[in-house]
Amino acid sequence: MIVKIADNIISPLGFTTERNYQAVKAGESSIQLHKRHWGIPEPFMASLFKEGEIDNEFGKLHPACKYTDFEKAIILSIDKALQQTAINPSSDRVQFILSTTKGNIYLLDDKKDGFSKERVLLGVSAQYIADFFHNPNQPIVISNACISGVCAQITAMRCLQSNRCDTAIVVGCDIQSRFIVSGFQSFKALSPDQCKPFDVKRRGLNLGEAAATIIYSKKNRTDVDNNEWSVCRGAIRNDANHISGPSKTGEGSFRALRTIIQEKDIPKIAFINSHGTSTLYNDEMESIAISRAGLQSIPVNSLKGYYGHTMGAAGILESILSMQAVDDKNILATRGYETCGVSHPLILSNENCPTDKQAFIKLLSGFGGCNAALLFKRGELL
Amino acid sequence: MKMACSINITPNKVVINGKELHYTERGEELLTAIYRSQINDYPKFFKMDSLCRLGFVASELLLNGELDRFKPREDRAIVFFNSSSSLCNDENYQKTIQDKNNYFPSPAIFVYTLPNIVTGEIAIRNKYYGETSFYVLDRLDIESMEQIINDTFQDLTTKSVLGGWLDCKDKDHFEAHLFLIKDEETSNLPNWDKTIINKIIYSKQ
Repeated sequence: MIVKIADNIISPLGFTTERNYQAVKAGESSIQLHKRHWGIPEPFMASLFKEGEIDNEFGKLHPACKYTDFEKAIILSIDKALQQTAINPSSDRVQFILSTTKGNIYLLDDKKDGFSKERVLLGVSAQYIADFFHNPNQPIVISNACISGVCAQITAMRCLQSNRCDTAIVVGCDIQSRFIVSGFQSFKALSPDQCKPFDVKRRGLNLGEAAATIIYSKKNRTDVDNNEWSVCRGAIRNDANHISGPSKTGEGSFRALRTIIQEKDIPKIAFINSHGTSTLYNDEMESIAISRAGLQSIPVNSLKGYYGHTMGAAGILESILSMQAVDDKNILATRGYETCGVSHPLILSNENCPTDKQAFIKLLSGFGGCNAALLFKRGELL
Repeated sequence: MKMACSINITPNKVVINGKELHYTERGEELLTAIYRSQINDYPKFFKMDSLCRLGFVASELLLNGELDRFKPREDRAIVFFNSSSSLCNDENYQKTIQDKNNYFPSPAIFVYTLPNIVTGEIAIRNKYYGETSFYVLDRLDIESMEQIINDTFQDLTTKSVLGGWLDCKDKDHFEAHLFLIKDEETSNLPNWDKTIINKIIYSKQ
């Protein structure tokens, strides 16, 4: 069994998992309007760290400033997760797996930070992070657009299953920049207001910044406690349809869901934590995929209304919050949702709802036609 | 795992299953020449960025002649690795936003600022509904590549992987070393392991 040993979330809502969960449960959001930010002509809504916020926190851990904000957020998140464990990150039985889409891309725009151009390479940046923890293994970066955070967890499962490591440190992060925001603006994918996942008035997504870490280890089934979390099955599937638009039949998501779910699991699942970006096409596609997979009786939520779309962090951040929610016997509200605006009705709510079930599904989709799904179960279900 | 076929493409050489295909064109023009001489029925090629063009022509040469070539399938994964991610096209996109007096971010360029788009392009062309993944390493590390591709078969739907190294530093500096790898115990195909990967990538024929 692949079991979660520790976790952490660093976001504009807080620097611990507990603080983030309580903020989300109370309905807080860090999405705000930014005008003339980074010299971008059009205003945009996004969830961004405050200036100097990461630096201040990083200074408590390590005085040197030879890391970018992206690397600092990741190192901080890993360090906070490691503090909950006795794991020695310098062991050759520990594997670092990093999920990001754009890493240090802002260095292309603004090189005055004194970093060399090669720092924009994801593998180089990942090596600096592994070196911070004196880890001897080649760090693995997965860059599979918006599904990277789930892919990184699947990669960790496989490394542990094939016994190449005893511990996998999975971390996801993206830091926003003019590069990313202008690109999503050019796609007309950004909402002028707070995003409204699955709602009839949804007008696009909000972008966000965060870093999130899960540490996984392998355990025998008999050693897994009832309150521990296991990541049980994962799948990645392609729509084979379009590089920037979701499939009209929800093909890849449907196939990923079909791969990870068995009929007998369905009554045990508390909710599907969807991608739910609040774009017209994504949310519609997910409703089709969930319905085609016969899972429309399971409640669905989206956490994008609290953090926006945190890209490489999303799959990890949203998995952690979903585990916290099930521990708290809670289905987190879909902030921003009011009236169903998708063709295949789903069970959605803008209020927290009780549950006593012990499993959930994490679902993601991204550019390149990729889709991924993961099934998590609490120990007592195993 | 067994190796069904392999291809190497560098700016001045194309080698398929150990046999060189002769072209006089070099760099970016080599890829266009391969497209025109061997493929020529997929005009979307000309919309693609350099990384996608490289992956597209390499996969076409590798898969050309496979029985039931375009039959939709979920049992084939696409798993690529590189060290430059999408940097080649990232720099093109950066030029569109660098100067505030000449600011014209383009969705047609932005979409290629993700390395995994090439896996999507190949999935669309061949109707592959299976896994598509893109990993970034700081160097061509054959051991990591071999392990991660072998691990892909832990998804029991996956019976073959179109995978390998696909790196594009700029439009004239690129490297493709792709393999078709099959999960077959009994076939007569050679084993796909570190020895054969090394031989194919570094052979000087």
